[in-house]
Amino acid sequence: MASVPAVERLPGSFATRRSPPMGLTLLALAVTALLLLPVIYLGIRSFDAGTETWQLLARPRIAAVIGRSLLLVVSVTVVAIALAVPIAWLLTRTDLPGRRVWTVVMVLPLVVPSFVYALVAGTALGPRGLLQKALEALFGVTELPSIYGFPGALLALALLTYPYVLLPTTAAFRRLDPALEEVSRCLGRGPLRTFATVTLPALRPAIAAGALLAALYTLSDFGAVSLLRYETFTAAIFVQYQSAFDRAAAAALSLVLVVAAIAIVALEARSRGRSRYHPLGPGTTREYRPTPLRRWRWPALAGMGLVAFATTVGPGAVLLYWLVRGLAAGEELLELVQPLVNSVSLSALAAAMLVVVAIPLGVLLVRCPSRIAALLERVAYVGFALPGITVAIAFIFFGINVARPIYQTLVLLLAAYVVLFLPTTLGAARAGLLQVHPRTEEAARTLGKSPRQVLWRVTIPAVRGSLAAGAAMAFLLVMKELPAALLLGPIGFRTLATVTWAAADEAFFAQAASSSLLLIVVAALPIAFILVRRGPTGILRASG
Amino acid sequence: MLHDGPTPQNQPADTGRLSRRRLLRIGAVGAAVSVAAAALAACGESQVVTVEKVVTQTVVKEVPVQKIVPQTVVKEIPVERVVEKVVTVEKLMAPGQQTVTVYSGRSESLVAPVLAQFGEISGVDVRIKYAGTPALAATLLEEGANSPADLFYAQDPGGLGAVEPLFAPLPQDILERSPAWGRHADGLWTGVTGRARTVVYNNRKFTEADLPDDMFGFHDPAWKGRIGWAPTNGSFQAMVTGMRAVWGEDRTAEWLEGIKANEPIEFPKNTPQVAAAAAGEIDVGFVNHYYLHRFMSEQGESFNARNYHLRGGGPGALIMVSGAGVLASAANPEPAQALIRFLLSDVGQSYFVSNTFEYPMAPGVKTHPGVTPLDNIKRPDIAPSQLTDLKGTQALLRQLEVLP
Repeated sequence: MASVPAVERLPGSFATRRSPPMGLTLLALAVTALLLLPVIYLGIRSFDAGTETWQLLARPRIAAVIGRSLLLVVSVTVVAIALAVPIAWLLTRTDLPGRRVWTVVMVLPLVVPSFVYALVAGTALGPRGLLQKALEALFGVTELPSIYGFPGALLALALLTYPYVLLPTTAAFRRLDPALEEVSRCLGRGPLRTFATVTLPALRPAIAAGALLAALYTLSDFGAVSLLRYETFTAAIFVQYQSAFDRAAAAALSLVLVVAAIAIVALEARSRGRSRYHPLGPGTTREYRPTPLRRWRWPALAGMGLVAFATTVGPGAVLLYWLVRGLAAGEELLELVQPLVNSVSLSALAAAMLVVVAIPLGVLLVRCPSRIAALLERVAYVGFALPGITVAIAFIFFGINVARPIYQTLVLLLAAYVVLFLPTTLGAARAGLLQVHPRTEEAARTLGKSPRQVLWRVTIPAVRGSLAAGAAMAFLLVMKELPAALLLGPIGFRTLATVTWAAADEAFFAQAASSSLLLIVVAALPIAFILVRRGPTGILRASG
Repeated sequence: MLHDGPTPQNQPADTGRLSRRRLLRIGAVGAAVSVAAAALAACGESQVVTVEKVVTQTVVKEVPVQKIVPQTVVKEIPVERVVEKVVTVEKLMAPGQQTVTVYSGRSESLVAPVLAQFGEISGVDVRIKYAGTPALAATLLEEGANSPADLFYAQDPGGLGAVEPLFAPLPQDILERSPAWGRHADGLWTGVTGRARTVVYNNRKFTEADLPDDMFGFHDPAWKGRIGWAPTNGSFQAMVTGMRAVWGEDRTAEWLEGIKANEPIEFPKNTPQVAAAAAGEIDVGFVNHYYLHRFMSEQGESFNARNYHLRGGGPGALIMVSGAGVLASAANPEPAQALIRFLLSDVGQSYFVSNTFEYPMAPGVKTHPGVTPLDNIKRPDIAPSQLTDLKGTQALLRQLEVLP
């Protein structure tokens, strides 16, 4: 037998428990300290909060918005998984035409800023939006049912967040040994039961890592939910910043979000349990023979097309309409070359840095379970769950008080991006490493390679696909990131996202359209480079 | 160096655009005339059936053309305004030696050209950090005396009020450029432009005559489910603060309760309300006046919303300011003051009048012809100091379950 079923719950530990090397511990400590900065800031700031703030928190209305936030988080996560897993399967396991193009198109929603998406969705699908106008001309429909409130928020956020699940799941599919499923089929299970009982459990760490990001993004989002008029807990935080100018109250409320994030992370860790996901025996994963779709290719293509239309093509068309309409009315556009250069170089730099940090930390989490690893795992996701403005202001506090030389420089901005986006690459690295058997590394050691050589020659190549997925996520997220770029960047630093926001906020639709269209188009190129440059079939392939 | 008249960069662009528009207009009028002539000719004699078809088509087309003609006259007036430009920057810096760091809570799309113009005229290197007014106010409060900023340019009086302790008083000559109601009582900040609180309404469904005299008129159940508001928005809360100052606590609560009973649709800010009013998703919304003009400059006269300034006046017709102050910790206070001086000069003020459709603060600068003159608005007599009790307003809004 080439390999034994990988997902086998074993009590005790087979994993190579050893105390982490000194350098790794120090790095983990440093990153953990960085990740804790916002929490420390929030603690200090909420200390200033008076009794009225704590009374504010104890109102039934706050309980209600927390409930609404949780409802949205759960629903978005479920829909995102339901969208992402079939798409990942189609992209990796079938002969779907145009898979390379779809691979890029399907992750592009990550670069669409949620406020732009919500604005476009309202314009196009509102009760008296563009769709209604078209239907009125054709069928005399005078008003569509409102998309505002829960349905709109769910739709928008699910479509914007499913790629968080898609990317790691696609990578996991590619790494999964087809022999597993073949064994199951040989033992008499049908294709659907095999998928449910063998494939899906093997993909669980990847799906869970992605779902966690989708859930926490939803928790932190303000742009989409505010414009689509679904009041969440984040709205309560924004009221404190926006109209009350009350940082203490905002900090106190943000601490609630920190608690919620830690609870969600713990839930995910629990669901992962002590299962093991790598092959137990020796053997190599071989290429998967794609399932022919035959006549099912048309519905599959239609489904993919629908998702692409709802996420990028449709919004792109509305943006183009705004642009043309504005230009016809004599609108002047902003200069976009500098923002474009800034956006691309900042995102590339941040993504590279996040990958470099995630590799050793991922090794620490998976191979050397220890107290520091456990702490790191708990706090890694906190920054991702907080509204960007909260993290940015925390970095202003520390920057101005203890790190003046790097204040308002790219160094501090990149440090903030570690806090905001580390989960993208760390989660991907961990999901990848979980599928690599430690014995592969041990074998390399016994063959005389140093630990460093093993890392470079064995471990990293084995998880290359996962790292690429993580890098793609980080790149797209930094590309659209707003509050940190605005507040922490050097003075005069403009990105495509900041320019888009500046225009959209004051109803300069043509300007907002030009920069956000550029954002989407430009994002596609590096993503194509990261995800599909390795040959027609070998995308994301990194078999051990 | 003193520049007289418009800067060389601006003039050709302006005239180019205007003349292009005028050409289009002449074309449109020409078309209308020939259409009318054809219609007359057709009526005079009995013709073949095909000609009758031409008549019906032309009549249909004639209506929108005639509507456009009188309105374009309004748009032409800004040409005079361009001619009026006079630069009044008295003090000029030695080029390349001075810098000024601006934290601008006003959007780049709105103010970048005028800030750049100051840099060109004065030779001062203008460095700008753009972000939302609340975010920059929080930034300034965190930075305290260590802030790299010289000047804070805020979207609303709330933002200025939040950082008031960090400002240094402005020189008298700057303060004199704006009216007493538009600046801080002790001269810590000054208004740069004014904006009116107004009621935006769908003008396909209503005319101004259909709208109530004052804010209490919207308690009528006829407005149920048809009102938009943005209770989390700073301008809205400033208006409520004005209501508390003029009406007192109880009457303000009564107004809020009455509107709440009419199940208003809640928006996060002004712009989506204006869009919703034009689309007919709401009938009326409580907003600032200038967003409408922004929409119309991209979507034209067919944008189906207009502003209504309450004929009964009151706090619903409050005029608020965007404004600026120089920080006490500023490393470059002089160029910062020169920048505010420029924004309040005739050139600076004219920029805002024609590009952002706001009200000028400085005396003698004409309001945009498409915007209701300030004299025609029955604004309440409220000093900026009466608009600072934000906490009280939010407590009231929370108590009434309007805010989360």
